[in-house]
Amino acid sequence: MSDRNDPDVALETGAQVPPDEPVIEKEPEPEEPSRWQQALREIATGNAIISVLAVLLALAVGAIMIAFTDERVQAASGYFFARPGDTFVAIWDSVAGAYSALFQGAVYNFRRPDFVSGIRPLTETLNFATPLIAAGLGVGLAFRVGMFNIGGRGQMLLAASAAGWVAFSFDLPFPVHMIVATIAGIVAGALWAGIAGLLKARTGAHEVIVTIMLNYVALYLVSWMLRTQGLLQAPGTNNPKTPPMKDTAIFFDLLGPQFNLHFGFILSIACVVLVWWILDRSSLGFQFRAVGLNPKAARVAGINVNRMYVYGMLISGALVGLAGVDQVLGTVTTGFSSGIDAGIGFDAITVALLGGSNPWGILAAGILFGAFKAGGFSMQAAEGVPIDIVLVVQSLIVLFIAAPPLVRAIFRLPQPGSKPKKRNRTARTEEVAAK
Amino acid sequence: MKLELRGITKKFGSLVANDHIDLTVEAGEIHCLLGENGAGKSTLMNVLYGLYRADEGEILLDDQLQHFEGPGDAMRAGIGMVHQHFMLIPVFTVAENVMLGHEQTRTAGLLDLAAARAKVREISDRFGFDVDPDALVDDLPVGVQQRVEIIKALSRDARVLVFDEPTAVLTPQETDELMAIMRQLKETGASIVFITHKLREVREVADRITVVRLGKVVGEAEPTATNAELASLMVGRAVELTVQKEEPDLGEEALQVEHLTVVDPVGQLVVNDVSFSVRRGEVLAVAGVQGNGQTELTEALVGLQSRVQGTVRLDGQDLTRNSVRRILDAGVGFVPEDRTEDGLVGEFSVAENLMLDRADGEPFVKAGNVQRGFLAEFAKEKVAEFDVRTPGIDTKAGRLSGGNQQKVVLARELSRDLNLLVAAQPTRGVDVGSIEFIHKRIIETRDAGVPVVVVSTELDEVTALADRIMVMYRGKVVGIVPGDTPREVLGLMMAGERPAASGDAPTPEGAAA
Amino acid sequence: MTAPSQHHATATPTEQALDSTTVLSWKAPISFAVITALLAVLFLTTRHSGDATFRLSAGNDLIQIPEVTLNGPVTTWTCIALLTAITVAAAALVRAKRRVPLWVVVIFAVIGLIAFLTWAAAGARTPVIPLPGLLAGALSLSVPLIFGALCGVISERVGVINIAIEGQLLAGAFTSAVVASVIGQQWLGPIVGLFAAAISGVLVAFVLAAFSIKYFVDQVIVGVVLNVLVIGLTSFLFSQVLAPNAALLNSPPRLQRIPIPILSEIPLIGPMFFRQTLIVYAMYVIIAAVYIGLFHTRWGLRLRSVGEHPTAADTVGINVARTRFWNVSLAGAIAGFGGAFFTLGAVGAFNKEMTAGAGFIALAAVIFGQWDPIRATLAALLFGFASNLQNTLSVIGSPVPSEFMLMLPYVVTILAVAGFVGKVRGPAAAGKPYIKA
Repeated sequence: MSDRNDPDVALETGAQVPPDEPVIEKEPEPEEPSRWQQALREIATGNAIISVLAVLLALAVGAIMIAFTDERVQAASGYFFARPGDTFVAIWDSVAGAYSALFQGAVYNFRRPDFVSGIRPLTETLNFATPLIAAGLGVGLAFRVGMFNIGGRGQMLLAASAAGWVAFSFDLPFPVHMIVATIAGIVAGALWAGIAGLLKARTGAHEVIVTIMLNYVALYLVSWMLRTQGLLQAPGTNNPKTPPMKDTAIFFDLLGPQFNLHFGFILSIACVVLVWWILDRSSLGFQFRAVGLNPKAARVAGINVNRMYVYGMLISGALVGLAGVDQVLGTVTTGFSSGIDAGIGFDAITVALLGGSNPWGILAAGILFGAFKAGGFSMQAAEGVPIDIVLVVQSLIVLFIAAPPLVRAIFRLPQPGSKPKKRNRTARTEEVAAK
Repeated sequence: MKLELRGITKKFGSLVANDHIDLTVEAGEIHCLLGENGAGKSTLMNVLYGLYRADEGEILLDDQLQHFEGPGDAMRAGIGMVHQHFMLIPVFTVAENVMLGHEQTRTAGLLDLAAARAKVREISDRFGFDVDPDALVDDLPVGVQQRVEIIKALSRDARVLVFDEPTAVLTPQETDELMAIMRQLKETGASIVFITHKLREVREVADRITVVRLGKVVGEAEPTATNAELASLMVGRAVELTVQKEEPDLGEEALQVEHLTVVDPVGQLVVNDVSFSVRRGEVLAVAGVQGNGQTELTEALVGLQSRVQGTVRLDGQDLTRNSVRRILDAGVGFVPEDRTEDGLVGEFSVAENLMLDRADGEPFVKAGNVQRGFLAEFAKEKVAEFDVRTPGIDTKAGRLSGGNQQKVVLARELSRDLNLLVAAQPTRGVDVGSIEFIHKRIIETRDAGVPVVVVSTELDEVTALADRIMVMYRGKVVGIVPGDTPREVLGLMMAGERPAASGDAPTPEGAAA
Repeated sequence: MTAPSQHHATATPTEQALDSTTVLSWKAPISFAVITALLAVLFLTTRHSGDATFRLSAGNDLIQIPEVTLNGPVTTWTCIALLTAITVAAAALVRAKRRVPLWVVVIFAVIGLIAFLTWAAAGARTPVIPLPGLLAGALSLSVPLIFGALCGVISERVGVINIAIEGQLLAGAFTSAVVASVIGQQWLGPIVGLFAAAISGVLVAFVLAAFSIKYFVDQVIVGVVLNVLVIGLTSFLFSQVLAPNAALLNSPPRLQRIPIPILSEIPLIGPMFFRQTLIVYAMYVIIAAVYIGLFHTRWGLRLRSVGEHPTAADTVGINVARTRFWNVSLAGAIAGFGGAFFTLGAVGAFNKEMTAGAGFIALAAVIFGQWDPIRATLAALLFGFASNLQNTLSVIGSPVPSEFMLMLPYVVTILAVAGFVGKVRGPAAAGKPYIKA
């Protein structure tokens, strides 16, 4: 047994591999024969079609809700068996009315005489999309670093407060004032998110919990500042509201005074490019993604994982902060109260998820949800359908997108598991998990 | 109880893990299931235990056809399993773990812990275990945890007991004790399936042997079969793992480790006052049973451990408590033990993985931008040089086979200017062809004058590569001995016995010549 | 933290523990020192020289206890001295490599609270703290938090992170209001409403369970999105249906208080605990049931095993997916039931987003209570107390901005997860989907 050629010795090599890793170490299969087939297959099973179908599905559920709660439908269904047609007509009327109002409020209003006022809804959509894109980028970037930033609300509130405070209490010339206010807001958002990053890096505190809690801390902090003279409250009033922003600080209109679209939109687009560059081209983004996908390997490779968490949260918070700045310098320039975040912090999560945490996807998702918001308000005004339906549709879209098998099952699409290559991979994970 | 498996087939996608396997285990026999890692032994047993559903085939117990929907059914039918990775809830007590799944209750549905304790004590006494029913499993040493697993199986009156690679985590002495337990169980009439890939253990306890290779039964053997017969059955070809290497051309002492101690979060000294040194052009192999501090030692060398005392010097430069980044920049190459967890980002491409540990500076990054053209060229070159079998440099590393993944890690580490290479389990889970390649590259690195530290739990890898061997046991160095030290001596050292010949306290230099 | 050596005594000689040392944790003394310093600074910068009176019984109580009046500066500085002493003692304990026991922390907290209350009242317009009202109000603010926290404890213990507590509470509040309004009547309506609330909580939980257990969607994402969904749904239905038909659909009969004889006459705690509605009495039962169930029954043992090590649970024949599914649903039922308190117990009608973050405070209580039903209940009580203290202080006109009291639960939770308060370690497998072949 002592000689070195003992087969027993040799056989123990490679021992103690935890799972029974399949020994058939096959070379990865070559590319599929037909690129076209593969392309078609990927369209049918891939993310794009799932996203489209998820949106359609969510709109369908929304339609059902609109129809069922419509009074005309309820009235007509009272005599359904006598004249069923009436019910269907009423359903059609309510749903078509609501969704056409949604469309006309979001894209183009055909009832307007000229193009300029007809296209106004589209600019409104972009206007609503502006903070959604910025905040969505923030949440999406955090996702890529492996973190979930639910703290958009708090970060926006503090950013809005900082930017607003600079905007209403300083006297500076036009572009300087605007720039300083914007930077103040971005820094405030970054720092507030940075708390969560720092705590995660230093103590391992889970950023989900910390950011949720920081939302409320920020809410109460800002509420207190808003009702305290000398901080944010407008002088001489009792309302928890700030004075209006000075003209030198607010974002200028892009398309002239008849449209609300403001400079913030340009900033959001710039941020899309910036985030794309960070994630796809820069060294920092490489390290971000490495940490997000496998923090242990990143650490072993000498990447300072904790620092990446802090940087990731800082940048994420800065982007969300920009959304807060958009709100006070672009959307509500007449002074704000503690509702200034307008739920954008949470909407941003759905935007980032719908956009697949990819900057261009987030741009598209932000515009889509911006359209829902713009259209939702006109739907509420024209058809009396509460804007809350938009929340329902939005959250359903994200739920459906998060579970592609569900959408595929509903539309009877092929599951990607029918592809041998992919199933092979799942099988490995399954095996490991079942050990 | 007699167990019979007929034509079991289990596929994972296109991979056939079990291909029409037949196996019969008579009552009161110890039946060894022998095969290399990945031969499909564990998959077969997970089918038997109801964890996997077989695609084809039948399971019979005492000639009765069985249908297992899950492990619950298998256990009710009298099958018990001691898993390779213990299936114990760390925060539960021994008694709670033993009762889980078949709890006895008192009035009002309250758990009858007293009965569970009594059961644990009864079984412990029967087999001479000394297990406290109220101890938290988390606090128990590995050997005792395995006994809890055995108690768990016996408490359900298992008549067929499956031991899945039970000795992987045990010292030779603990292994002997386990063998005794198996024989004792056999006396009671239980049938035992013993899964292993270690021939020595097989010949010691087996009544019959079934050899599995690539998911198929390739033969049955008697315990009297020679090692050579069993081995060729198991691997299908003669295995030659000796590496061609010259005598080392030793340079000056490069790595000096003094009184290195690593403390884990609960305060245990997982590496306890370890001192050694490695010269340029020398391979120091660290041997020992898994879990005796080798992992933590390598992690401490590259700065991955936080609670470290003592000093680590490389070419006179003090690296103790430096960041990983600084240590890598000092020219330390590191092949981590678990490549999928620590070595690679599976979702990254091969190319991206090749720049993983140089992500913040030249040559891959200039002015904050990743140099994609340079990276592509570099990656193509390395893929060719290290014979990485991949469809392209943009393929995700997670989709490569284990051997090719390891080559990517090795290519990355060896492409830097190294002053030290630390390789932990460099060939674990790697196919034979890649093993030879990797061993060759490690020896080449040594011959280029780089000091090398190789950690391996495999004695043959240790003896194949080492110029000197350091054996660790319970966090301490048992001794440092020459590379040609006989296996028996090394085996004893791995059990914590100091070698009689080389004195009681070998110095780092003691055995260098 | 002590080395786990005592158990190793049972092992055979070759399996002795590794040599070990003790890892010192300075968190407790440091936290103590920071809090003491903060209080001292507060008391120094804003001096209140008056007296503080603590009223211990309400006017209509059978047994009257005289009021206690404390001198402001004397009491506060005595307390600061005591706090300093405890801090020093804690530091000495750590230096001697011993742990700081929980009761020391509790005593520290109580003394700190007395100091703070005395200081606040001494500077107030009416320096009287009505303890009975303060406590009873605290309990009623805590009720939905406790239900939510129990929901969180169960679902996290079984391995599913539940961010959707808020949504479940809101669904319960909405459903109970509608059902109780439609049925009407003094008793039947609210009681049926309670059950309907539980069912609505289950429905929300079903979605959480289905998406996270069947489709392996990230549990946090599902939870966050579910909250938005429930807010959207209830707000939509409120505006569209409830508001126009408020008399029919949104005027539920409120649950009546049922004083328990004798017990309700105990000074101070009697009115607080035993002059309550059915929901609160049900809560006592549920707390006890969850506690006993989790730690002393087969159900709890299996539930916890699934949350800690699902593979191990699977290998002893426990169906992991089913266990998770039903227990998440059960948790949803508890939260939905608790949500009914908003409409049937407190306000008396549904309103948009009326839970106002209670679900997140409940989540905080789960973490602060270290996933233990009793501790989580205590944490919820503490948080309820903090918000009611804010109410009381603003009534008596204390100088502390109310927002800072309202912040307390959240700040405390951040400190807790950052490891400054106790050891926070959740169920090992929480948040991880269990995927098997």
